[in-house]
Amino acid sequence: MILVVLISILFLGGVLAWLSEGLDARFPRVVALAAVVIDLLLMLTLVGAEAGDSSWIVSLNAQWMPRFGVSFHLAADGLSVLMMLLTAFLGAIAIGAAWSEITERAGFFYFNLLWTLAGVIGVFTALDLFLFFFFWEVMLIPMYFIIAIWGHENKNYAAMKFFIFTQVTGMLMLVSILVLAYFHYVQFGWFSFDYFDLLKVNTSSSIEMWIMLGFFVAFSTKLPSFPFHSWLPDAHSQAPTAGSVILAGVLLKTGAYGLIRFAIPLFPAASQQFAPVAMTLAVISILYCAKVAFAQTDIKRLIAYTSVSHMGFVLLGIYAWNEQALQGAVMTMLAHGLSAAALFMLAGGLQHRIHTRNMDDMGGFWAKVPRMSFVALFFSIAALGMPGLGNFVGEFLALLGAFKTNITLTVFAAFGLIFASVYSLWVIQKVFHGAYRNTDFDDSHLSDLSRREMFYFGAMMFGLVWMGMYPQSFLDLSAETLGLLLNETDPVVSAVVR
Amino acid sequence: MRELIWLLPTFPLLGFLSLVLTSGNLPKRIVAFIGAGSIGLSFLTAAIIAMQFIGSGEEYYVLEVWTWMSVGNFNPGFSFYLDGLSLVMMLIITGVGFLIHLYSTGFMLDDPSYSRFFSYMNLFVASMLMLVLADNMVLLYLGWEGVGLCSYLLIGFWYEKPENGYAARKAFVTTRVGDTSMAIGLFLLFAQLGTLNIQDMLHAAQSQWAVGSGLAIAASLLLLGGAVGKSAQLPLQTWLPDAMAGPTPISALIHAATMVTAGVYLIARTHVLFELAPNVQLLVAWIGLITLLMAGFTAMTQHDIKRILAYSTVSQIGYMFLGLGVGAYSASVFHLMTHAFFKALLFLAAGTIILSLHHEHDIFKMGGKRKQLPIAFASFLIGSLALAAFPFTSGYFSKDEILIAALEMEGPGLLLWIGGVIGAFFTGIYSFRLVFVVFFGESKGHHEEKEVAGFSMAAPLFILMFLAFFGGWVNIPVDAVFSHGEVPEEHHISLLMHGIMIAVPLLGIGVSYLFFMSKTFSVDKLMDNPLAASLHRFWFSGWGMDALYNFLFIQPFLFLARINKQDFVDAAYALIVEITRTAHGMIAKTQTGQLRWYALSIAGSVVIIITLGVLL
Repeated sequence: MILVVLISILFLGGVLAWLSEGLDARFPRVVALAAVVIDLLLMLTLVGAEAGDSSWIVSLNAQWMPRFGVSFHLAADGLSVLMMLLTAFLGAIAIGAAWSEITERAGFFYFNLLWTLAGVIGVFTALDLFLFFFFWEVMLIPMYFIIAIWGHENKNYAAMKFFIFTQVTGMLMLVSILVLAYFHYVQFGWFSFDYFDLLKVNTSSSIEMWIMLGFFVAFSTKLPSFPFHSWLPDAHSQAPTAGSVILAGVLLKTGAYGLIRFAIPLFPAASQQFAPVAMTLAVISILYCAKVAFAQTDIKRLIAYTSVSHMGFVLLGIYAWNEQALQGAVMTMLAHGLSAAALFMLAGGLQHRIHTRNMDDMGGFWAKVPRMSFVALFFSIAALGMPGLGNFVGEFLALLGAFKTNITLTVFAAFGLIFASVYSLWVIQKVFHGAYRNTDFDDSHLSDLSRREMFYFGAMMFGLVWMGMYPQSFLDLSAETLGLLLNETDPVVSAVVR
Repeated sequence: MRELIWLLPTFPLLGFLSLVLTSGNLPKRIVAFIGAGSIGLSFLTAAIIAMQFIGSGEEYYVLEVWTWMSVGNFNPGFSFYLDGLSLVMMLIITGVGFLIHLYSTGFMLDDPSYSRFFSYMNLFVASMLMLVLADNMVLLYLGWEGVGLCSYLLIGFWYEKPENGYAARKAFVTTRVGDTSMAIGLFLLFAQLGTLNIQDMLHAAQSQWAVGSGLAIAASLLLLGGAVGKSAQLPLQTWLPDAMAGPTPISALIHAATMVTAGVYLIARTHVLFELAPNVQLLVAWIGLITLLMAGFTAMTQHDIKRILAYSTVSQIGYMFLGLGVGAYSASVFHLMTHAFFKALLFLAAGTIILSLHHEHDIFKMGGKRKQLPIAFASFLIGSLALAAFPFTSGYFSKDEILIAALEMEGPGLLLWIGGVIGAFFTGIYSFRLVFVVFFGESKGHHEEKEVAGFSMAAPLFILMFLAFFGGWVNIPVDAVFSHGEVPEEHHISLLMHGIMIAVPLLGIGVSYLFFMSKTFSVDKLMDNPLAASLHRFWFSGWGMDALYNFLFIQPFLFLARINKQDFVDAAYALIVEITRTAHGMIAKTQTGQLRWYALSIAGSVVIIITLGVLL
């Protein structure tokens, strides 16, 4: 029941935020923040909960469209809870980022923001594939509005691109889901979209590969992975800061979650055959996008490309499909969620202050805004994988596990660590080091981070240090889920390997 | 007391945190107190632990603080491992580190970013202590990356100048190339041996791998990659001379006494792996030898006082690698320690010269300074004597041990020994070239010359002078780490060889005297020879390595980045859009609204379809 409550709070909170705008322009953000914080607190009750005999901490299964075997099946295990916590945490941060930036049509903005979050929570908990697809769409459309209405100079192009990429690949997934349900009908005599029913479906290997690819393309577009990544730089550079935070911190992770939860467990044999291709794409993402990132002058585009590069480690870890690699992928999802969100907020904060994203116009900001510079340094260092911070734990574990599966690709992926240092330090040099320059913009509003900004940056720094120094708190939550997934797929996977 | 070993990195870490959280709002006096005091506390703790540890006669001690992460069979912890080797290292780091911190409280006094400086310094010491006290490779890697980060931050400390930022990034990225090699090495070791706990890992390697096996070779080569990066050896040595852009105390602490010796520590720590791969171990010796000679040549041509010292550091670490390669681990660690003493001394003394002369670095714009800068002169005299291995100074004992070990080695030992002795000859030349040019001859420089040295700066110099001179008499307790229970053999070196080893550095000093003191020979005359001049240029540029890497790696990378800024993948999608639009436009054109056009196209289509039907 609590899962329904969590999602409902966000849906209703969104409506309430929109309505409250009529009373006072400052109400929507308060309502939105309250809704997200209540959700976050409710989620914390799931952390300590005992799972009983299965790995599912809470579960709810009600009939929806029994004729087609569609049910309203929500459940959460450790992995879901971890992802939900990330969602709610970054949701609160995003509202903080929007707090003074969004002034026009604020009610509708927070409505969209909360509905996106609701969709994401749904994606992380749905165990009926029809329901899953429903939530997949729910998180897409409000996000489209966020970019299209509150975005920057080229917002319509970016929003449309985001929409088409996600929608087209989402359709492929829908086809795959329908075919899979049909196979279930052929084998068992009734329709079902339920995750556990579909896990039992046997598909012939040639068809299985095609159905799996439908899922893979949808998820790896969301992740995103080379060659489906090119919507991301546009979406990020045009989205308002809060949109970027949600996009980088949360939405991308739904792709990775989908791979772990659905694409591989539903099609273990096809996935195992496909793994070398997926891991190759991952390595190309890591290296190619790191290189393209370095070339960018628009600071948001740069960070967007680094996101693709970092998500490559996630893809690599997932398809290596062993304990260390999977845990590494999950840790990278969490840590990158925080570090990328923070970097986008810094870029957004800069744009808000000086109205440019062009790094060629910036330089030497350290002297002017030391706190902001230090924060930027911290998150850049985190992003390049400094041990002691969360990203290192994730990437190290992912590579450590991947090495057991594919040595060559892992070695190439490790070169990403070098490139990460090249582009991260380049940003610091261009924006914060060097002599101060303000020739091309008005710097009268270039002020250091406010108390409110320091608070949420501080929260994210604390999170990354926690993940880096004592990742066990997070690893323990997802360990059981991942262990079960590995066990269940093990016979098939080892058969393919043989 | 041993269980307090966790305090060693904790004190400087707390210092770092308190300085960062107050973000420069503390008075300088308190910053100095926190910055230097935290290291002082660490040193006191280290000294007490060391005395107790040596007194107890134990071989090692492990303290597990907490499990870092636990995933399947991968369970690295925040655990400290104390044995003779880490004991020596922690004493050097906290001891020399404290002296340099104390010196810095005076040296950096006029800098507006006083607090930032000490926060980075403290973080560095904390990381370095993690590195040498770690009981597993992952924690060691944490320290390893941490010191790299601090090195980056401190080289680029004066960030207003873009060239400092460039030097800082060059240092970080170059060493990261090595770090990545090391990380891959860790993946390999873990995949093969199932643990990254250093002692377990070494035991497993010994029992599972045969001498000369492919895995042992791969693993030790990959670790060697990390070591040459951090320790500025061939082929990754190019970053260290540029790293001199940082404040001089940084050069003393990070780029001479401690961080750059991390590679030596790493190899000494994992020497078991290298012994399983004798070819790789021999490679270590050759890398050391070639680096020490190349750096020696270059040091003779430099004008910048700090770059001379930087190249001499590269060269001296080359000796340590040579020692490791011939199996003289104790001697290498011994040289690491004496080098920390005399090179810290030289750098700190150089710092007082530079400060007194308003940031002048060119030694040929100095001259006759022994009267005006007596403390610096004394420091340089003692430091250079030790550097040149003048008999009975600290450097003499340690370098001697390395060379003797090379000579005793079968096979290429004699060749390595000859190379090492030639290197010692160059060391004599370049170290005293500096002394003669800066402190003797006619007084040059129009600066007002008063030696800047309060108590906080003078005291470390005097202590280091003492250590640089007498440090060779210390007996470091590392034999148990390296001997594996074997009794060390007696040396059988003939008197002649001993004589050569003593005479060659003196010869070098003599040559230097003839060129730069008595001016019996002239460098300018030598340069009239075009061959000598071009050799000089070649050496001066560091053997053209920067240009080579620029050509091989940097320019291609920049080129690729430049031509593909727009991301050609996106162009592919844009093409789809374009095709759709064009097709749309073409089909739209058929909608003319003219009846005869429609009739014509219907009739034409029918004809085509019928024809097709008939033909097929």
